Amino acid sequence: MSIETISLSGRKKVVSNKEMTFLERLYLVAIFKGLVITIKHFFRRKKTIHYPEQVRVRSDVYRGQHQLKRDEQGRENCTACGLCALSCPAEAITMKAEERKANEKHLYREEKYASIYEINMLRCIFCGLCEEACPKDAIYLTTSKVLVPSSYEREDFIFGKDKLVMPLDVAMKNAQLKNAN
Amino acid sequence: MDSTFIIEKSVVILVVFAVTMIMAMYSTWAERKVAAYLQDRVGPNRAGWGGLLQPLADGMKLFSKEEFIPNTPNKFLFVVGPAIAMSTALMTSAVIPWGDKLHLFGRDILLQATDINIGLLYFFGVVSVGVYGIMIGGWASNSKFSLMGAVRAASQMVSYEIAMGLSMIALLMMTGSLSLREISMQQAEMNWNVFYQPLSFLIFLICAFAETNRTPFDLAECETELVGGYHTEYSSMKMGFYLFAEYANMFISATIISVLFFGGYNYPGMQWMVENAGVNPANVLGMVVLFAKICFFIFFYMWVRWTIPRFRYDQLMHLGWKILIPLSIINIMITGVVMLRGEIAAYLGF
Repeated sequence: MSIETISLSGRKKVVSNKEMTFLERLYLVAIFKGLVITIKHFFRRKKTIHYPEQVRVRSDVYRGQHQLKRDEQGRENCTACGLCALSCPAEAITMKAEERKANEKHLYREEKYASIYEINMLRCIFCGLCEEACPKDAIYLTTSKVLVPSSYEREDFIFGKDKLVMPLDVAMKNAQLKNAN
Repeated sequence: MDSTFIIEKSVVILVVFAVTMIMAMYSTWAERKVAAYLQDRVGPNRAGWGGLLQPLADGMKLFSKEEFIPNTPNKFLFVVGPAIAMSTALMTSAVIPWGDKLHLFGRDILLQATDINIGLLYFFGVVSVGVYGIMIGGWASNSKFSLMGAVRAASQMVSYEIAMGLSMIALLMMTGSLSLREISMQQAEMNWNVFYQPLSFLIFLICAFAETNRTPFDLAECETELVGGYHTEYSSMKMGFYLFAEYANMFISATIISVLFFGGYNYPGMQWMVENAGVNPANVLGMVVLFAKICFFIFFYMWVRWTIPRFRYDQLMHLGWKILIPLSIINIMITGVVMLRGEIAAYLGF
């Protein structure tokens, strides 16, 4: 067997330029064959995922909308150290630090917290470097599993703490699950 | 001519008009749905159940769009173009027998707007006027793409009309009548013309694709080359009229194919139904059967559209002039020989 005739994939087809027979030149047979192929597809099951109703299962490492974490007692992890903003290659994150008052101990885990924390979702490239940079396990892209929703206004894409911080009841439920295990 | 006759005919015309419009409307929906299904997609499914309100949404969109008229020297022709396309598309349905007759209010109602004895000729005449809508619109648009599309459409329709007419002659030699009602009646009980004239049917079918500007002969509007062809410059409902006319034409040509070759409203056992179940149920079933045939051919048009790529322009002309026309002439000769075989045998002394 010479090297030209070997087909590693097993799908090699040699092109032939032979004269077409009369039946082939009529095209009607070929058209009929084509029609059979398309009608087979007509009855095939459709693989379409109807998006707003059905959501595709996302992988474990899928990076979607950011989430600011709470700990087991529902206190915010973020201490506004600014490492996420520093690591962000798209300059999407801004924040303002504030000192924790005595009566806010149940809200924030450490003495310092972010009073304003904003991510511009139009700038964000969802690289996940903020997640890697965070020393306090405060910001995650992989847990929310949602895409950033669309909107008509640019201002709507600057997400504040109201959209980013994980809801309290979810945090408590997570804590319960952790204790149960 | 009494007043009941006028009322009867007006009702029939109104119903035919409405049915043509609804069929054209839902052909757009079906086109998108069939295209989607043939390509493993689901197609429009948001407006109404299964996207059934999609044509209404499209219509509303087209109505509410800005009506843009390009800077053309002849605005009148620009407006007339879609009007001609639309009216000719709707005129053809006048001669089609949708069923035999209904017996209502003590009188027989023919299910046909008018039974003229040159029905088929009328159909050809109106269809060839239809090309003016495209030509005038394309020319008045004052755009290279539109003009190109119009020129292509004109030459394509003119050349395929010849083959279409010639293929019809073989059929007419057999039927001996141009009245579509008579042709339908001759095909009672599976006596379909397609079994006697398969070649004529094939030529007619191919020409019908060309006449309605459908793929593989959609050179008049081919998006990949001419933006939108003759309706490039059109917007709003004028554009909608062109698209609508195309689908109405498709419906009419599917109807003509069903009537000429597939027995029209006839179905096996129709005579038995008339005797046992009465005239009305038998003919209502006949209408349903005709519509099933029409729907199949409309589906066939779409099926072919999403299977075969577009012909090249020279291939189109080659097929029309060098293959279909000689073939239909040969078909006429064969038909003549078969019809006169007794005389020929006698002449040759068998």
